[in-house]
Amino acid sequence: MSTPRDPITIFAARRIITMNPARPTATHVAVREGRILGVGPLAELAGWGPHTLDERFADRVLMPGLVEGHSHLMAGTLWRHAYCGCFDATDPDGRRVAGSPSIDAMLSTLSEAAATQPDGPVVGWGFDSIYFGSRRCTRADLDRVSTTRPVGVLHASGHILNVNTVALQAAGFLRAGIDHPAFPLGADGLPTGELKGPEAMLPALDPVGLNRSFLSGDESGIRAFGRLAVRAGVTTATDLAATLLDPELDTLLRLTREADYPVRLVPLLRMIGISPAQAVERAVALRARSTDQLRLGRIKVVADGSIQGFSARLRWPGYHNGAPNGLWYTAPEAMREGYERALAAGIQVHTHTNGDEATALALDCMDAALARQPRADHRFTLQHAQLADAAQFRRMRALGLSVNLFANHLYYWGDQHAAITVGPERAARMNAGRSALDAGVPLAIHSDAPITPLAPLFTAWCAVNRVSASGQVLGEAERITVPEALHAITLGAAATLHLDGEIGSIACGKRADFCVLDDDPVSAAPEALKDLRVWGTVQGGRVFQA
Amino acid sequence: MIKNVAAPLAAPLPCVLIGGWLGAGKTTLVNQLLRQAGGLRLAVLVNDFGDLGLDADLITGASGEVLELAGGCVCCSYGADLIGTLRRVTVREPRPDALLLETSGVADPAAVARSLTLLPAIRRNGTVVLADAPRLAALQADAYVGDTVRAQLAAADLLLLNKVDGLDAAALAALRRSLPAVRTVETVQAALPIEVVLGLGFGTDTGTGTDTGTDTDTDTPAPQALRAPAAAAGRFVSRSRHLDGPQDVAALVGQLTAAGSGVLRAKGLLTDADGRRLLLQVVGRRAQLAPAPAAALGPDRLAVIGLAGSCNGPPWT
Repeated sequence: MSTPRDPITIFAARRIITMNPARPTATHVAVREGRILGVGPLAELAGWGPHTLDERFADRVLMPGLVEGHSHLMAGTLWRHAYCGCFDATDPDGRRVAGSPSIDAMLSTLSEAAATQPDGPVVGWGFDSIYFGSRRCTRADLDRVSTTRPVGVLHASGHILNVNTVALQAAGFLRAGIDHPAFPLGADGLPTGELKGPEAMLPALDPVGLNRSFLSGDESGIRAFGRLAVRAGVTTATDLAATLLDPELDTLLRLTREADYPVRLVPLLRMIGISPAQAVERAVALRARSTDQLRLGRIKVVADGSIQGFSARLRWPGYHNGAPNGLWYTAPEAMREGYERALAAGIQVHTHTNGDEATALALDCMDAALARQPRADHRFTLQHAQLADAAQFRRMRALGLSVNLFANHLYYWGDQHAAITVGPERAARMNAGRSALDAGVPLAIHSDAPITPLAPLFTAWCAVNRVSASGQVLGEAERITVPEALHAITLGAAATLHLDGEIGSIACGKRADFCVLDDDPVSAAPEALKDLRVWGTVQGGRVFQA
Repeated sequence: MIKNVAAPLAAPLPCVLIGGWLGAGKTTLVNQLLRQAGGLRLAVLVNDFGDLGLDADLITGASGEVLELAGGCVCCSYGADLIGTLRRVTVREPRPDALLLETSGVADPAAVARSLTLLPAIRRNGTVVLADAPRLAALQADAYVGDTVRAQLAAADLLLLNKVDGLDAAALAALRRSLPAVRTVETVQAALPIEVVLGLGFGTDTGTGTDTGTDTDTDTPAPQALRAPAAAAGRFVSRSRHLDGPQDVAALVGQLTAAGSGVLRAKGLLTDADGRRLLLQVVGRRAQLAPAPAAALGPDRLAVIGLAGSCNGPPWT
């Protein structure tokens, strides 16, 4: 005798893009218990028994819920502060927020933020002076916002903080005689208030109210992140570098259990400040605490720094502007040991490698680790791999690695990469999606939100068009097609998380995770991908309107 | 004696950087320095507790982010927040006598030294870099990390070529030729007197002298004053002598820091030709001169420490 089952809902849609080659498009999808019962014509799905036909998407397009394989929960948290980015953006509540395309505009934004509350720090984020030529923001600029309250503005990279005089004094750096590359000095011999790098920034975070607990994410930030995800059509997203200490973990477990938390979170434990053995041991313990909506038990390793910060490790001939090579953030010995232990324990590792020398090192470490600790289908992933070349992609394929490329860089910093960091030739092969696919490497593409906005369709547009902010095309030969890009932001990203059996396509048995669109990506022109309107999501069978 | 008399908070806290690649013996060195501390309150700062190799018997407790160690010493991890951690350590009560700052294995000690200049409450008292002798040639030539390792060696005021028992004579000779012109001490298990790392007369008075703590330092060698572990016994010597009248400071510094002087550490309280009283600190080939603290009592004097057998020439006579 069969027991009573949960009700069946059948959603009708203008078109359902399934990412399942056996049944690439359909008109209906049946959902029960948060999972997909079937996808196909209504008459076929009716065979599952009594159902409710839900026609709210009859004029809309469904595709698999989008998967952001490299983002940070801080993308939600930062929105409580004034957005100071150069480009227009959308906040978690859907309000369009104008960009600040000059330092003066940024100062106006901060002054408006200051006027909304009588006292306390004034904080902005997303600023990037790289767009404003040689003009740098100074504390004299920020003193125009306030001479009595601490003022701070975090750069888009997250690695530079500008502060005003009050905040600089509170941080203990308003004095003469400082001789340090992280502290540019003004004509008066005092620091200009630009604090470059975490070490210089950290003492100033408290005075401006950007302390570390805030940076690691908190309840309201995690909720805001959920709203951003719905708005972007995202149903599964990573927090790609978390400490996952108990209080943070308890908050995540509690929020993701809520009936209306709209996104499945995949936080990776960062192997920073803990040994490889400890990292793997903790990941194994975390894995046991996973839930449907919170997937634990993966490790993030950071090999090098960033290209625009000149801290990424580049192979010969190095930086185009002659800057010295970057820094190793993790020792090769530790990477190798971490890989080997993780392979033995069945724990997945994602490795940040920005420069091509860092990618080479990760490949060598993986090669050595696999020789000692073979494991099929380990699904280790290189994150960013921005300068990887065709030969490196072939090695990734041979070693069973996946790659998640930082396609958004092409738009946001492509012009600077061509002019300053790596020069035009290598800029044209940055985030080389075509080479990755041609080599047979499973491919995802990402935003690294909040570094760039969480919006996988925009990321897909970047990988398809490879157009910079100024409009120059960077490496036409590395373009991927629209279907390939749509695959990269669904099944491709799911595969890098070892979740492709569960999410990333619309097929019987998978999670009922859909991205609901007003426009059809299949019939859209490639250059229009970024402008497709997202209605919202269905996640685990629950409907969320943006 | 005059211990702690001249410890106003204004006096900067001395800090020794301990650098070197993973596995070079940094923590081994810290362990044996802690065992020799003999009443000195050392604050040990490590990048992270992840691979903390401190001997378990040295750890007596934990309070918050701080590990309490035997003899009033403490250990903190700084992670990304070096400056904040250093600031907290400088205002700890009771105040540490000295800081040992162990850098991460991939860090450039020169960059960390630059960061110390941001903190007026701290004075860097030398950078000691360890190298794993049997692995060093390969590490220096490594395509990925060779530049980082070479930068670490170049940042050293004193280079401890450690684990030399793992090399035969020919390999050791070849390795010596490959090293930069840095004052080098060859060690096994990073064993050496604490005075080589921290400086002479440290914590026992504000001027100089070995650790007799009196104003009656003699010209006689005082090897018994060095708190060397057994493995280093007899390998290091120290001398101290009075300095009579104004000194030619430049000439004295030149003698102490000359390539063949054999001086690893020197500390002097002296008067220059213009009658100014100065405190001289030498570590390896780097010398620092500063006005002598008002509390630095006693006659002008100089103490040096070096390797037994290489202590010839002007500084030693």
